[in-house]
Amino acid sequence: MAVNITNGPDVCLHAEKISKIYPGTKALDEVSFNVYKGKVNVLIGENGAGKSTLMKIIAGIEQESEGELFMGEEKVHFDDVTEAREHGIGIIHQELNLFPNLAVYQNIFMAKERKKGTVGLDNEYHIKETKRIMEKLQHPLDPHTIVGDLRVGQQQMIEIARNLIQDDLKILIMDEPTSSLSEQEVQVLFKIMRELTAEGISIVYISHRLEEIMQIGDYVTVLRDGKLVDSAAVEDIDISWIVQKMVGKGKSYPKRAGNIDWSARETVLEVKDLSLPKKGGGWLLDKVSFQLKKGEILGIYGLMGAGRTEIFECIMGLRPEHTGEVILNGETLNIKSITEQIDRGFALIPEDRQREGLVQTMDIGKNLSLSSLKNYAKGIFLKSKEEEANIDEIIDEIHIKVADKRLPILSLSGGNQQKVVIGKGIMTNPKILLLDEPSRGIDIGAKTDVFEIMNHFADAGLSLLVVSSELEEIKSIADRIIVLSNGIKTAELAGDEITEDRLVMASYEGHNSGKKN
Amino acid sequence: MFKDKTSLMMTLLKGRTLIVLVLLLIFFSVANDNFLSTNTLLLLAKHVALYGILAIGMTYVIITGGIDLSVGAVVGLAGMIAGGMIQNGVTLQFAGVTLYFSVPMVVILTIIVGAFIGWLNGIIITKFGVAPFIATLGTMYMARGWAMLHSNGATYSSLAGNEALGNTGFSFFGSRIAEIPVGALILVVIAIIAHILLKKTVFGWHIFAIGGNEKAAKLSGVKVDKVKILVYIFSAVCAAIVGLITASQLEAAHPATGETWEMNAIAAAVLGGTSMAGGIGTIGGTIVGAFVIGVISDGMVMCGVSEFWQMIIKGLVIILAVIIDQFQRNMEAKMALQARNESKD
Repeated sequence: MAVNITNGPDVCLHAEKISKIYPGTKALDEVSFNVYKGKVNVLIGENGAGKSTLMKIIAGIEQESEGELFMGEEKVHFDDVTEAREHGIGIIHQELNLFPNLAVYQNIFMAKERKKGTVGLDNEYHIKETKRIMEKLQHPLDPHTIVGDLRVGQQQMIEIARNLIQDDLKILIMDEPTSSLSEQEVQVLFKIMRELTAEGISIVYISHRLEEIMQIGDYVTVLRDGKLVDSAAVEDIDISWIVQKMVGKGKSYPKRAGNIDWSARETVLEVKDLSLPKKGGGWLLDKVSFQLKKGEILGIYGLMGAGRTEIFECIMGLRPEHTGEVILNGETLNIKSITEQIDRGFALIPEDRQREGLVQTMDIGKNLSLSSLKNYAKGIFLKSKEEEANIDEIIDEIHIKVADKRLPILSLSGGNQQKVVIGKGIMTNPKILLLDEPSRGIDIGAKTDVFEIMNHFADAGLSLLVVSSELEEIKSIADRIIVLSNGIKTAELAGDEITEDRLVMASYEGHNSGKKN
Repeated sequence: MFKDKTSLMMTLLKGRTLIVLVLLLIFFSVANDNFLSTNTLLLLAKHVALYGILAIGMTYVIITGGIDLSVGAVVGLAGMIAGGMIQNGVTLQFAGVTLYFSVPMVVILTIIVGAFIGWLNGIIITKFGVAPFIATLGTMYMARGWAMLHSNGATYSSLAGNEALGNTGFSFFGSRIAEIPVGALILVVIAIIAHILLKKTVFGWHIFAIGGNEKAAKLSGVKVDKVKILVYIFSAVCAAIVGLITASQLEAAHPATGETWEMNAIAAAVLGGTSMAGGIGTIGGTIVGAFVIGVISDGMVMCGVSEFWQMIIKGLVIILAVIIDQFQRNMEAKMALQARNESKD
């Protein structure tokens, strides 16, 4: 494939055949990359494709092993972040690097303070400048607000503001900035990105969300296994082009069989008028009802804060204050504790793999058997042989790539870690599997695997509830979708009724109907 | 035997406490001819038994990600409870009688009092959400105060018991069987039980899971509160047993006994590779750690090094141990990352 990326007058930064060699691996292999002036330059690839490494080299966090960087005609090299910043390059990391305990203006001027005399802080100037920049970003905020009290979207603005206080910003690198934003916040962010590019600032944008790329991107560069695959202007391509370039073959999400008569299937779970009060009045969940059939995958779609995760928390016994009925196989449950719910046949795959799913200090095998340990107890002792056999079985069944199950869990890739969390749930022999954003933060290859696992167990008679905020995914994986908005169920769609328009429309409906509490 | 330098280094790092122990034994046996005699070693075992048992309970607590500052005070309290029961009996005011219990009964009642303090720790930490450091700091003062109140600060010194009252035999725990101190035998028994409990049972693995990631453990169905309460009870029971042994060895119970012993227990656990962040630790490591501290103390005493220097050296050894521990963890993290990169296809 002849991908010709050359320096030119419309290029702000040109990377020429950059390689980065770590002991044992080549993270980047002669990758060329252009940052076009005043454009949104998207960098995309599966996890481990080398996107972050390339960004870190441009931002001066890491240094290239081979290859050259040019800004205009001038050859540049950055030994550290400060040098890159002097050349007008700023970076916003995926995990925000803010001080939640300090005020907005302190965050913005951290380590860039203006002094009064030798030691005094010129806070008057800091506050004045903070006001000016936040107004420019159309986010007027009191500079004295404590950052920890702000919403994630607002915090993101602070990160952008930090990069704008020096007037010379030429390139702003954004690493998955939308991963924790709501739909509205994403649109605000995109508007600001457009304004920045209009001022001639170039943006380098990393994201996993393909729809976003089509909306905001000008140029797309695809990396795979540390190599440059292709580069194109967004107007010339479509989503399937990107997916195909990323995975290397014509791979798409597995689709559910559409010809099943669900009305003939038995109902496994019925939820009636599930309500959950919000602190300080109002409802997190407002009389939500639904049914789940045997072998069915029911999708739950909605914006952040719509109440999706709360449904799972109620069912798993983490929210004893909920009201309404949960009926399992005809029996109304009195839900008291998560342990009890697991015994009854529920298994939860939580959203945040690292914080809620894995025990990082334990090995792969123990992470898998953690939920089902007591099934292997004889008296107080563990029947290790039986445990080991079952661990091997599940590793085999859901294709977890492991060299040795006694290795630390962190030696696995993100996708395989996610499979371990799912395997842990499966090992409890559940009747109902609750998956909260099962594809979050894993690459397309692993996503496909995860969806295949879900299909496999649904076909085997398990019933699945899946929360997802990615339209494309939930459309292909779910048999039926309910949409939540502001704690209210606003739609229930099946088969041909499932369209992106209807899902998105329904996800905003709860905010319009009725006044805000 | 070793694939490369890294794995040799890792093996050395993992066995470092044992290596240090051996080096210390060699050093002191050269410095003092009498050091490696049976007598000295048995005396060493007698000393180590005390904070070794404390350190076993402490290891459980630290693996869950907690800390138990109250164990030293529980040692003192347990001695006073047992001592008071033997010397003065228990007076029931409303009935106007004084009851004297047999020694096994005294032991059981004392352990129940210890378990109560542990239960209190567990309840304060799990049900009221108080940080373990603060909760056990509070119960440390309370247990010490209770010990002082018990005799108004005085020492119980006649623990031999009285044939007529049927409560003789308390000195057993301070005695020797075939020359081996009973305390050391109790240490061995508790260590074996604690090791099996930690490695071979559901309870043990739940302890590791809680310390590694409490949230994930909870969502996996681990009864976090129940396990934690049991762990604090275990730690306090260990402390009560140490209290009984100490009082028996001295044939006296003094309310200030056990002050700062919790620090020795923490030091032994940390020297043995227990991670203060939780989730990592072994009983074997802790025992070796306890012996390192014991050898340093006893060895320096025999070499005539002043107590003040002993404290400085103990401090240095602890800090050094933790620095090496950090080094080992960084190296392990790096190796895991490397394995992850290599497995990428």
